[in-house]
Amino acid sequence: MIEGIFVDGLIFGVMVLGILISFRIMDMADLTCDGSVATGAAICAVCITKGMPIIVAMLLAFVGGALCGLVTAEIHNRLHIPGLLASILTMTMLYSINLRVLGNKANLPLLRINTLYTYLPKWFSFLPSEYASLLGTILLVLLVKGLFDLFFRTDLGIAIGAMGSNEQMVISQGMNPALLKDIGFCLSNGLIGLSGAMLAQYQGFADANLGQGMVVQGLAGIMLGEFLFSSNRIGLITLRALLGGIIYKALMFFGRKYGYLIHITPNDFKLLTGILVIVSLYVAEMRSRASQSGAKKKALERQAKKEADNA
Amino acid sequence: MLEIKHITKVFYPGTVNEKTALENVSLTVNDGDVICVIGSNGSGKSTLFNLISGTYPVTSGEILLNGKNITHMPEYRRAFTIGRIFQDPTKGTAASMSIADNMITASTKGMKGLRRSLNKAKKEEFAKLLEPIGLSSRLEDNVGLLSGGQRQALTLLMTVMSKPQLVLLDEHTAALDPRNAQIVMDLTTQYISQYNLTALMVTHNMEFAINYGNRLVMMDDGQIVLDINGEEKKRLTVSKLVKLFRTVRNKEYDDDEGLLTK
Repeated sequence: MIEGIFVDGLIFGVMVLGILISFRIMDMADLTCDGSVATGAAICAVCITKGMPIIVAMLLAFVGGALCGLVTAEIHNRLHIPGLLASILTMTMLYSINLRVLGNKANLPLLRINTLYTYLPKWFSFLPSEYASLLGTILLVLLVKGLFDLFFRTDLGIAIGAMGSNEQMVISQGMNPALLKDIGFCLSNGLIGLSGAMLAQYQGFADANLGQGMVVQGLAGIMLGEFLFSSNRIGLITLRALLGGIIYKALMFFGRKYGYLIHITPNDFKLLTGILVIVSLYVAEMRSRASQSGAKKKALERQAKKEADNA
Repeated sequence: MLEIKHITKVFYPGTVNEKTALENVSLTVNDGDVICVIGSNGSGKSTLFNLISGTYPVTSGEILLNGKNITHMPEYRRAFTIGRIFQDPTKGTAASMSIADNMITASTKGMKGLRRSLNKAKKEEFAKLLEPIGLSSRLEDNVGLLSGGQRQALTLLMTVMSKPQLVLLDEHTAALDPRNAQIVMDLTTQYISQYNLTALMVTHNMEFAINYGNRLVMMDDGQIVLDINGEEKKRLTVSKLVKLFRTVRNKEYDDDEGLLTK
């Protein structure tokens, strides 16, 4: 049970990392996620049922997600429309594409087929099967996090961060912002696609409706993580995003388990997730105001002390 | 090194808002020139800078840099040879990143690769460069924590680091208090002479424009009305300049700021 929450949260955490790139590092709203997570799941499920090795299926899911991101980035770059609108277009178009990938079905089950989560208990046979799944997921997510951190410490990664902070600056340094956006969106949606691939294998099916509301859930994860600690170091930023993802999934789990006590059903989760994001934003706002007024109070105290000293 | 040939810029052509910001402007900038550009608000100084750096496309005319036609070159390509500093201190640096990250981005022009150049040796080099502006101990701090003057000094340093041939300074001290403006201006003059830069500088301070640089260009109503250099510039005074403007344009110079800041 508890290990299930962690596996679920870690898989979700990979998607949160993807959303972190677009929303936080590049400072662009990208809703492609709602489509690309299902694309990743669909590609992976189809590849596995066709008998491809799991590692290939998951890499293809990453590439598929990255292509979705590239479409959004290019619509945004070439037509000069906001990233938000470009990503809504991609997301909508992806719904049809995903149905095609799944063979004009809304759902593709992965029953009686070997997936990552049937192999893991065999590889780590010294552990009970649930813990083997958890260990495998942790290792995979740590690998992703490690590569992510490495990338955003390279010159290119820093440049993408600089673009998110100030686009004029990267232009002034002779870099084409359109190309940086292509790369950023590709990586972001690639990770989201990979997360979809892991999710499809974990829950045992790929679904065209898998992505609905994923962006908002991912944002909730990011924001929950940001309450944990503040830092400008990339390793800690990704760590708190992963932890935020796990906390979010844990909240949802307990909501499902004990929600009936206060008449909450899974139907209410989208509403609650939205409210959670709004409350997080509100608390962040209140915090910055509180530190403002705290500073004011201290300034007044210093002033009063100075006057008392003079008197 | 920079040749501007008969450029015209019309904003919103074909609409009721149509506005001709520059009309048939030609200017040749020689190697090593330090040109002060003055003119009242709306005279086209910033538009001229935006056209040179490639922020806006020109309506007609040509721009040549070192003999090469750059009229249709995108802004980021021109940035290899042209450095620009804006009036707004927040425009030149990335606020949510550390000083070191900002400097590594500025240390080479062009697209970055997957190398990690920010190592210990680089950080020491940066700390040394930051000494004159008193920021060497704050390498890991976010740029957003710096004051406007510090940010503008950092922007200046970053621009010089990337070794441009031509720098465009668009009233880059106007948003700073007098003391910081002085510090940034002293740094500017120091860097220009130290690195032999060719520079175009917009200023509202007539006195400064007369005393600094080897050329003075005055703009009015989308045209260059005065281009004074050499001996003639050395003999110039504010009242002479205002008189000269009156005879050329047959109207009064209407920028209070330019006249008041003596």
